[in-house]
Amino acid sequence: MSSPAIRIAGVTKRFGAVQALAGVDLEVARGEFFGLLGPNGAGKTTLISALAGLVRPDDGRLEVMGHDVQADYRAARRSLGVVPQELVFDPFFTVRETLALQAGYFGIRDADPWIDEILENLDLTSKARVNMRALSGGMKRRVLVAQALVHRPQVIVLDEPTAGVDVELRQGLWQFVRRLNRDGHTIVLTTHYLEEAESLCGRIAMMKQGRIVALDTTANLLDRVPGHALRLRLGNGARLPEGLAVCAREEAGGMVSFDLAACDELEAILRSLREAGVRVEDMELGRPDLEQVFVQVMRGA
Amino acid sequence: MNGFRTLFYKETLRFWKVGFQTVAAPVLTAMLYLLIFAHVLEGRVQVYEAVSYTGFLVPGLVMMSVLQNAFANSSSSLIQSKVTGNIIFVLLPPLSYREFFAAYVLASVVRGLVVGAGVLVVTLWFVRLPWASPLWILAFAVLGGAILGALGVIAGIWSEKFDQLSAFQNFLIMPLTFLSGVFYSIHSLPQFWQEVSHYNPVFYLIDGFRYGFLGVSDVPPLRSLAVAATCLAVLSAFTLWMLKRGYKLRH
Ligand SMILES: Nc1ncnc2c1ncn2[C@@H]1O[C@H](COP(=O)(O)OP(=O)(O)OP(=O)(O)O)[C@@H](O)[C@H]1O
Ligand SMILES: [Mg+2]
Repeated sequence: MSSPAIRIAGVTKRFGAVQALAGVDLEVARGEFFGLLGPNGAGKTTLISALAGLVRPDDGRLEVMGHDVQADYRAARRSLGVVPQELVFDPFFTVRETLALQAGYFGIRDADPWIDEILENLDLTSKARVNMRALSGGMKRRVLVAQALVHRPQVIVLDEPTAGVDVELRQGLWQFVRRLNRDGHTIVLTTHYLEEAESLCGRIAMMKQGRIVALDTTANLLDRVPGHALRLRLGNGARLPEGLAVCAREEAGGMVSFDLAACDELEAILRSLREAGVRVEDMELGRPDLEQVFVQVMRGA
Repeated sequence: MNGFRTLFYKETLRFWKVGFQTVAAPVLTAMLYLLIFAHVLEGRVQVYEAVSYTGFLVPGLVMMSVLQNAFANSSSSLIQSKVTGNIIFVLLPPLSYREFFAAYVLASVVRGLVVGAGVLVVTLWFVRLPWASPLWILAFAVLGGAILGALGVIAGIWSEKFDQLSAFQNFLIMPLTFLSGVFYSIHSLPQFWQEVSHYNPVFYLIDGFRYGFLGVSDVPPLRSLAVAATCLAVLSAFTLWMLKRGYKLRH
């Protein structure tokens, strides 16, 4: 039986007074597109750093493709590509030099064709000879992605890759990452854009204060919240009838919202509004989204 | 290319790309020392028979340049990488701590030798040196570059800010190199300071290096070589231990 892409067992890490990781257990299967979510300071980056060998855990074990990240660090690091959260670069080199050096550190010969392909896919070809210093923030971010891919790692971890990146690249990047995933690469993604995670990830872990507080498929997580959110704007001065007011929430901009377990509840609400003679000016029916789940999980945890 | 060779190449490319700053500038500094000290002291100070003061000074200046630049190479590269965060690019790949050490130290040696050679070439206009035994010259230049390169690795890893690194430089490296007999023979010092000088490893590096040019020295070159080799062994062991533990690099 083959080992999972990532296995994390009982990992703890303390920085002075801060318990950054308070006992994390997690397995990510090969070929998954996995999301790691959580508020600022939840420990996502620390967990990724431990996986990459940048941070030594106080306790616990981490494996990448079955290789222990300490004992068998060479194989583990060869299997792992990390796009760091911080926008770091070496101002001494051009884009191509940066990538060629990175390939060299991994002992790769003849990296040029693959580097060309990555440059092409990340729309960096025209910048290949430009010094890193002269790139815009989004361009630097793309180079970081390219650097993580240069040794064709089986597991790719992206720590907030779309922070500060324009729409076009974001779409291009996800297309590229999806293709890598289809080709068999395991992808782990952290992001604060929950709609991104929702549309990309098959399975999601939510972290809070160094612990995993929810872990499930994206579909199951979405099932945790009531089916649909109905938002209404009522005519001037109109008030909700008594029976409805108790289950409605006031929202900003004079909207009221209801959580519907199923679509047919809509019928009942609209009927009682009509009977009470309340005019509806605007109406939105939202599908349940990950943001609602996230808020609920974070409140409960 | 394997990882070690790439890191070594990158570390040499890094200083070469800004050669004006990392090679030309230190050569100019050494020239200024030579002009001033030779002008003031030529004819007034005679250290060894049949050797002019300028002839005595030049090997010392060359070695001082080798040492200071070897230290500067590894230490400034590491502190910059740490402060800007791009150190992760060499921490993520499967490089062993030994490869890491060897690459930084060797690149330091190369920078030291390049600057030293630059200084030497320029001073050829001022003085004829006997070149008594070139092998000693090379041996001390490489050993000295490696010792200071390793010290640079230690300083670069230990420092968290640029001012900590310059403290290391100003309070350790500069006194050690200036009080090592570059500009004078330690025999011209009072007894007490002569004895203190014998505890300065850089003194042996300068003295042995000078022996290679002049064929005369304050202490036998073999003893200097032994001191230098021991220093390098101890410092390397310490640096490797630091790197293995991941001190300040891997939390
Ligand atoms: N090197 C460090 N030294 C001290 N504390 C640290 C260090 N790295 C992280 N921490 C602390 O550990 C906790 C977890 O940080 P981490 O960066 O892992 O969070 P995160 O989930 O990635 O947050 P974000 O979404 O803001 O990136 C935080 O409280 C942080 O302050
Ligand atoms: Mg983070």
